[in-house]
Amino acid sequence: MDFLRPASWEEALAAKAEHPTAVPIAGGTDVMVEINFDHRRPEYLLDLNRIGDLYEWEVGEESVRLGASVPYSEIMESLRAELPGLALASHTVASPQIRNRGGVGGNLGTASPAGDAHPALLAAGAEVEVESVRGSRRIPIDEFYTGVKRNALAADELIRAVHIKKADGPQQYSKVGTRNAMVIAVCAFGLALHPETRTVRTGIGSAAPTPVRAKAAEEFLNAALEEGGFWDNGKIITPSVAKQFAELCSGACNPIDDVRGTASYRRHAVGVMARRTLTWTWESYRGDRRLTEGAA
Amino acid sequence: MPTNGAPTKITQGSQTKGGIGESTLRPDGTLKVTGEFAYSSDMWHEDMLWGQILRSTVAHAEIVSIDTSEALAMAGVYAVMTYDDLPTDVKNYGLEIQDTPVLAHGKVRHHGEPVAIVAADHPETARRAAAKIKVDYRELPVITDEASATAPDAILVHEGRDDHHSGHVPHPNIVHRQPILRGDAAEAAERADVIVKGEYTFGMQDQAFLGPESGLAVPDEDGGVHLYIATQWLHSDLKQIAPVLGLPESKVRMTLAGVGGAFGGREDLSMQIHACLLAMRTGKPVKIVYNRFESFFGHVHRHPAKLYYEHGATSDGKLTHVKCRIVLDGGAYASASPAVVGNASSLSIGPYVVEDVDIEAIALYTNNPPCGAMRGFGAVQACFAYEAQMDKLAEKLGMDPVELRQLNAMEQGTIMPTGQPVDSPAPVAELLRRVKAMPLPPERQWESSEGADVRQLPGGLSNTTHGEGVVRGIGYAVGIKNVGFSEGFDDYSTAKVRMEVIGGEPVATVHTAMAEVGQGGVTVHAQIARTELGVTQVTIHPADTQVGSAGSTSASRQTYVTGGAVKNSCELVREKVLEIGRRKFGSYHPAWATAELLLEGGKVVTDGGEVLGDLVDVLEGEVVEIEAEWRHRPTEAFDLRTGQGNGHVQYSFAAHRAVVEVDTELGLVKVIELACAQDVGKALNPLSVLGQIQGGTLQGMGIAVMEEIIVDPKTAKVRNPSFTDYLLPTILDTPIIPVDVLELADDHAPYGLRGIGEAPTLSSTPAVLAAIRSATGLELNRTPVRPEHLTGMA
Amino acid sequence: MRVNFTVNGRPQEADDVWEGESLLYVLRERMGLPGSKNACEQGECGSCTVRLDGVPVCSCLVAAGQVEGREVVTVEGLADFAKQRAEHGGCASGACGTSLQDAQQWAAKGQDSQTGEGTELSPVQQAFIDAGAVQCGFCTPGLLVAADEMLERNPNPSDADIREALSGNLCRCTGYEKIMDAVRLAAARQSEAV
Repeated sequence: MDFLRPASWEEALAAKAEHPTAVPIAGGTDVMVEINFDHRRPEYLLDLNRIGDLYEWEVGEESVRLGASVPYSEIMESLRAELPGLALASHTVASPQIRNRGGVGGNLGTASPAGDAHPALLAAGAEVEVESVRGSRRIPIDEFYTGVKRNALAADELIRAVHIKKADGPQQYSKVGTRNAMVIAVCAFGLALHPETRTVRTGIGSAAPTPVRAKAAEEFLNAALEEGGFWDNGKIITPSVAKQFAELCSGACNPIDDVRGTASYRRHAVGVMARRTLTWTWESYRGDRRLTEGAA
Repeated sequence: MPTNGAPTKITQGSQTKGGIGESTLRPDGTLKVTGEFAYSSDMWHEDMLWGQILRSTVAHAEIVSIDTSEALAMAGVYAVMTYDDLPTDVKNYGLEIQDTPVLAHGKVRHHGEPVAIVAADHPETARRAAAKIKVDYRELPVITDEASATAPDAILVHEGRDDHHSGHVPHPNIVHRQPILRGDAAEAAERADVIVKGEYTFGMQDQAFLGPESGLAVPDEDGGVHLYIATQWLHSDLKQIAPVLGLPESKVRMTLAGVGGAFGGREDLSMQIHACLLAMRTGKPVKIVYNRFESFFGHVHRHPAKLYYEHGATSDGKLTHVKCRIVLDGGAYASASPAVVGNASSLSIGPYVVEDVDIEAIALYTNNPPCGAMRGFGAVQACFAYEAQMDKLAEKLGMDPVELRQLNAMEQGTIMPTGQPVDSPAPVAELLRRVKAMPLPPERQWESSEGADVRQLPGGLSNTTHGEGVVRGIGYAVGIKNVGFSEGFDDYSTAKVRMEVIGGEPVATVHTAMAEVGQGGVTVHAQIARTELGVTQVTIHPADTQVGSAGSTSASRQTYVTGGAVKNSCELVREKVLEIGRRKFGSYHPAWATAELLLEGGKVVTDGGEVLGDLVDVLEGEVVEIEAEWRHRPTEAFDLRTGQGNGHVQYSFAAHRAVVEVDTELGLVKVIELACAQDVGKALNPLSVLGQIQGGTLQGMGIAVMEEIIVDPKTAKVRNPSFTDYLLPTILDTPIIPVDVLELADDHAPYGLRGIGEAPTLSSTPAVLAAIRSATGLELNRTPVRPEHLTGMA
Repeated sequence: MRVNFTVNGRPQEADDVWEGESLLYVLRERMGLPGSKNACEQGECGSCTVRLDGVPVCSCLVAAGQVEGREVVTVEGLADFAKQRAEHGGCASGACGTSLQDAQQWAAKGQDSQTGEGTELSPVQQAFIDAGAVQCGFCTPGLLVAADEMLERNPNPSDADIREALSGNLCRCTGYEKIMDAVRLAAARQSEAV
């Protein structure tokens, strides 16, 4: 095993080009577990800790450019307003110690369906900025996950940042685990209201081979909200609409039975979380609307 | 309500600071908070090698061949050993039945069984070498439950058994069977107005001590070996290790290294023999440290169980009879299974008065992971089931569940199903009364001005509810555990106590082989010495095999038995010191000959309080040292047909009230409070007592809501051997645990004390289950309950 | 490979480090600092918690090579670290910690009642002893590092704050009640001292 320690992003890209089998290591919270337990003996470890750029973020007009290694604890603290869904998801990641080391780049690189960030990224809308010596490209989040622990990266590419749409409305995130902290998701759900486009986006974790959006549920809800004039009148979403949305979210799952939970429980829980997060975000949207109107 | 029993009166040493009854602080506390305390995994020696164990990847198979040549050829590898390299004819070990191969011989019987061992100069080299050993397995069908174990054509897990249980078991795949018959349960059932039946399943729990199995074996110049080891019982280890090494016990020196928790999981050997074998083979010190994955295979677990119960009662709530059958899965090797069967059967009906019983407990041999000792063994599984039955019965009778328990509660004088009278306080009804009387935690404690605090709700930080679907439930349970080794075992301990003057002060030194595993025995030994010898300075000598056996740190027995041994040796030393005093100063004061003499505050005083002299003057240059064995009153074996016999030394009782909040839609549980009341006889160190009760309570909660080793029934392979998927409660899962301590002396025990470590683990689990049942209305016949069980999605 | 970094204020060097080694292994086996504990080696127990450039992390999940040039504080340096913080806000002087020579000569000490007396402790260490928060003690080093860092950030934590901050540190002995007491006690003593 060789330990590569690039001091800059360019050096890192060059190293990855030279050794496409090199395993990038940043927070180490996935890679080191595999090494400690003898599950993996990569030829090269490519340490990204010395590349300061990966720990920075920029808040732009439309979106936040989040460096791949910005730790979850930083997202929780500093980006709660811009990225509320991801901040909530970050708070559910493992333990304080892990949140101090791990970042979204690691979740994306591992591409486990149980990664906590994925549903929030899917719901908010995001693009993954990846780069190799051949050049840079942005992969829409919907196209990023290609299979169980597989992603759209080429062998010579590294994840540099994620561009996440700034919240234009309330966002929520829920995760079911069988412990109240430090737990891997049995399943997870992210929901974002986008009042500007009058759309709703979702993300589901750990309930299919990859993180997925519940597209049929989104379409149903978009139509129902539009038809009922909900975005304008700010009425409470009718229970039947919430129920059908929840059922469609359950239907978007394609889960398995494993030691963490049964497939039928996962489907059920995603439905409950979909209904609850819809209620929370919609209540928040109604509250914000009243405040705005009150001020006007 | 009257309570039977009275507090013990202690005169000797009651004026000496730091004696029993005070919450003195741990002598090892400073080392433990500075990181200097030397745990077994911290041992280090110049030129030491690292040992690695190759374990079976299948549960049941014949070993066709093992090829170690590639591993041996690797640079940095010093030794590779298999069964063929064992030095003597003794190739098995075991606590009671020597059925466990040091290294697999021709066959593996469970997933993760040791097959070969390697010593190398770096742990990674050792791992790589182990990976290069080629083992060819021919897989056999797996035996995983009672049906497959006792089928007429079942493969025998152990062929040709000749152990002392083999003659009376109904099938060779049953390790031990203990029936208990008293009265006439069938006839009594006729008198019952109400009968409830239930089938219960108890999952496989892991001790999950945080310090993994580890130790360092250093070859000695005389051909022997010195082992620094984390264990629960040095002398039991020694008895099993020496024959396999072909050494006399005198050439295997053992020193207790720091123990990172035990809870029963270190009663069996793990890496002890392997490290010694490699050290002797290579002539170099060898260190072995399991990682967490290996630890899940490296020690026995709590027996999973199926329990079948029938309870009957008259319409006024009096129990008429209990019939039960408890099937414990012992896995591939016997370990402590026979004793677990004894406890499960003899304590199977709980702390209740029932005249007519028909009880049977068995432990199976299967190809599942071996199971053995864990805190409260046998009694824990039974308590989960009989307390569920009591709740069922209360519901059917329309009675309050606590009242039903109190109505049937045993007390001093009650006859156990084994025919043994309970001859010390048994305040079962009182404990229930106390735990029920504690104030309840406020409702909706998660609400604040800023909205819901998810940290206090089911789901916690995962943000699953802001109060939706959350229902509170309350449940009660009480349990009974035996203290000490039962069924005729010669359960003794040894203490060497020395008294001398050092630097102008009288100093006592206490030397025992007691394994301090965190329980605080070392704290209590110093307190006993202060009380008995009237000194303040006490040194606790490191535990080793240079002193006689202290017995096991298990069965809630150490404060009782080794504490008793320390007390006894101190008393003998005190007599000797007084003799010296009489010899030297007797002529100066008549009270030396006539009065009852005590040692207090470094002086010899009369029981009237008159000072006769300083210990410093009495002792001068003399050293008084006594090593003596001490044993509690004898017990006897249970009759193999009827289960009758005075099998137990002492009982320990605790009651719990659980308050839970359940997100009934998602099936997530937050335990809000686990209030406990326990009779401890005499709290030698009240702070440690609370620590034991709270710790035991939380382990009981763990098996109620999250902890379970999951074994694939098709392959008998463990599916979750990691802390990622075997979940222990975090501090955010943990409820507040208020404790009400009752001190009713047991006149048979030193200071009237009662062993306390296990009882709180018993009643905690059924109390939580009862609370979840009350919140959800579900029957819940298994533990742990997972979200899918609470939502009908299992 | 060779790795240089600062531990408890003193520069340290480790040679012949295998590339897959963790910071935890280097501390324990190469630097004579076994205070950080190896309980799970997968970031699920917190027993190996150290501060890396001030931030609490699981040292089992930090590759040794990643620590090059950085600063680590372990439980062995906690008392000095807390003292320096109280006096001048940080462990800048380099005086705290084990010297390389001391580290290489580290050997297991006994566990009798005489050892370790007279050692100066940080408030949180003392509180753990006083409150009965130590039983087997294997989780203690990690908890101390995590609790000390929380009290640095949040001197008046609520119970829920304490629970959240320590939710990455498993304890199997105590049921956590005495650990809660210890952190409350340390916080109270700290606020009295100010």
